[in-house]
Amino acid sequence: MNKHLRAIAVPLIAIAILLAFWEWLVWFNGWPKFKMAAPSDLLPAYQRHWHLFLTMGWQTLWRTVLGLMLAVLFGTALGMIMGFSRTMRDALYPILVGFNAIPKATVVPIVALMFVGQHDFNTVLLAFMISFFPIAVSVSIGLSTLEPEYRDILRSLGASQATIFWKIALPKTLPEFFGALKVAVTLAFIGTNLMEIVSPHGRGLGALFDSGRTNSDFPLMFAVLIALAFLGIVLYYIVVALEKIFAGWAERAPG
Amino acid sequence: MTNLIEIKGVRHAYRTDAGPLPVLDGLEISVPEGGFVAVVGPSGCGKSTLTRLIAGLMKPDQGEVWLHGERVKGPRATVGMAFQNPVLLEWRSILKNVLLPLEIVPSKLSKKQAEERARFLLSLVGLEGFEDKRPSELSGGMRQRASLCRALIHQPEVLILDEPFGALDAFTREDLWQTMHRVKEREPFTGVLITHDLRESIFLADQVVVLSGRPARTQYVLDIPSSGLRTLDDLYTPQAAEQLNILRHQIQIAQGRASAGEASA
Repeated sequence: MNKHLRAIAVPLIAIAILLAFWEWLVWFNGWPKFKMAAPSDLLPAYQRHWHLFLTMGWQTLWRTVLGLMLAVLFGTALGMIMGFSRTMRDALYPILVGFNAIPKATVVPIVALMFVGQHDFNTVLLAFMISFFPIAVSVSIGLSTLEPEYRDILRSLGASQATIFWKIALPKTLPEFFGALKVAVTLAFIGTNLMEIVSPHGRGLGALFDSGRTNSDFPLMFAVLIALAFLGIVLYYIVVALEKIFAGWAERAPG
Repeated sequence: MTNLIEIKGVRHAYRTDAGPLPVLDGLEISVPEGGFVAVVGPSGCGKSTLTRLIAGLMKPDQGEVWLHGERVKGPRATVGMAFQNPVLLEWRSILKNVLLPLEIVPSKLSKKQAEERARFLLSLVGLEGFEDKRPSELSGGMRQRASLCRALIHQPEVLILDEPFGALDAFTREDLWQTMHRVKEREPFTGVLITHDLRESIFLADQVVVLSGRPARTQYVLDIPSSGLRTLDDLYTPQAAEQLNILRHQIQIAQGRASAGEASA
């Protein structure tokens, strides 16, 4: 089989098998629509609400991406501070770990109360809060584990710290950074949806899910989940593509 | 001053939780221009500290390090370094790796001349045709060759080699020894080689300095008379056997396993 065809066909076939199994499961158990939706129920749901899926999907997407971008900026800056300064690492690490351990669902009502009515802001904030941690940790580890010889090679020639950072430390950290970004992408979606589902009069796919829930519209709820999964996959593979461009050198040759 | 590298009465201690840990104590080494000194000694005796002192990456607590009649106070561009770990940048091609120092050090070479020089050095060490490969596509020995080219690209006065062949298998190592002679013939440099391989020291250097155990001082200096290029056969002469014998005995003294008065076996 051709290599490119294989790369596309294999996952598609796997998805088709999964959907078929799901359909069969619902049919075999004779589950009614108010208990479980089958893949065949999703298409009508998309047809009925396609304009909602488009507008709300877009709302979810831009807020997630914006939150993620803030997380990248803040996480990288924080990672650099912790990566270069031992003292800052010792000082900030416990705080970061503690902050990360707080379930973000508990933060939602606080944020919603603090910035009441600022739905866009709150959603972006939550996506950001939930996703910067892995980026900060990976950047700090990448920088602090740089072998001293790498530094010495340039330092012995009289290179400045900034030059060493741009020429060696930064590119060398990129593989770890992209690994963390892949985790952060899915986390950011969780943050966005938490806020969308919990806050009243929310927007985005989370709100659409919530309206499906109040109407016991299982096909709609599942359709939202699949749409979220789709967005997640798209964003994930965008990160993979960026990784190929900027850190493709770290990939081992197959075999 | 006739010596290119002059290390005079250097003492240095690392500050640890358990108090100062002296690593160097009264180090005296002189290397004339174009000379090649090998430094051997028990492991952990401060050999790598010595390279960092010469490179200006750290300052000794006491004593002086002079390069070309100037006291070393900080890093200087006239030094080239290669370590046991070739530390090539994986995201760059071999050619771009070799060119790295020229991005830091001011150079009279144009971009094209620099590239020509890099290609020349690569062909000198037998890496012709690998210019556009990534380091990950090369074997350990080949990476070390590339690392050597990088250390030489800016025509440093002093080449510091810190156990560069230590991680290679015996055959590759002997191959690289010969490469070193070839390189030195075409690209003369003054060299300091840190090694724990006595055969390597007498094959490459024209002077072998034995350091004592920690804290290290200069314990013994052995001159290796040489007439030009050496071949591996030179390692199997009675003369070489005698040199090795002397050095082995000196190392035993340094390790505290033999006394200076005892005749070597």
